[in-house]
Amino acid sequence: MNGPLFEITDKVIDVEQVRQKVVSRNAGAITVFIGTVREMTNGKKTLHLEYQAYTPMAIKMFEQIAQEIKERWPDAHIAITHRVGHLAISDIAVVIAVSSPHRKMAYEANEYAIDRIKQIVPIWKKEHWEDGTEWIGDQLENVPYPTGAPPLNEEE
Amino acid sequence: MHILLFAHLQETIGQSKITIDLPQCTVGEVKEWVASNYPNISLQQVMAAVNEEFATDATIVQPEDTVAFIPPISGG
Repeated sequence: MNGPLFEITDKVIDVEQVRQKVVSRNAGAITVFIGTVREMTNGKKTLHLEYQAYTPMAIKMFEQIAQEIKERWPDAHIAITHRVGHLAISDIAVVIAVSSPHRKMAYEANEYAIDRIKQIVPIWKKEHWEDGTEWIGDQLENVPYPTGAPPLNEEE
Repeated sequence: MHILLFAHLQETIGQSKITIDLPQCTVGEVKEWVASNYPNISLQQVMAAVNEEFATDATIVQPEDTVAFIPPISGG
């Protein structure tokens, strides 16, 4: 079996396993988004990251996002796995797989999902730099929207 | 009542969970209790969840509920 559609894990994410969860005979497309740990942010060098989650609520929020997607794109299917714990540069932090009959829907629903994850899912990252550490949050002006649609022009 | 803390809130006070005896009250009153007992953390810009659902300062909290304080998030 492939496991639950929405997971928080402290293990390396198996991208293919997430993709398998949305395989459907009615699908003509599957988009797989892979979020990875970036080394340079605004000229500052990250050594590694640490992610923490409020796991039971994070799973509920993944389910809410899936429900929002179902309302907007009824034929799309989604699976999400987010990693927590210590992550090195280029490690995979999140994988989102969306299948749908046609590709446009799979692209749109996948982007919607990552936008919403950044707004409502209780997960935090701590940056470890050469000269210190910081839990990342409001300096990204990452205003949470517990309900409703994300602003369309938001840039990450 | 259980209070859950994450990210810098958890690191600053050195614990992830506080269990206290409080009567039915509001999220705002729980915030005030935390502010007066842990003056080295700020709950400004921090959202709250009651039993894993987002809440406002006016949300009623029962003695057996779990209140989580959610600093600005940075997943993905």
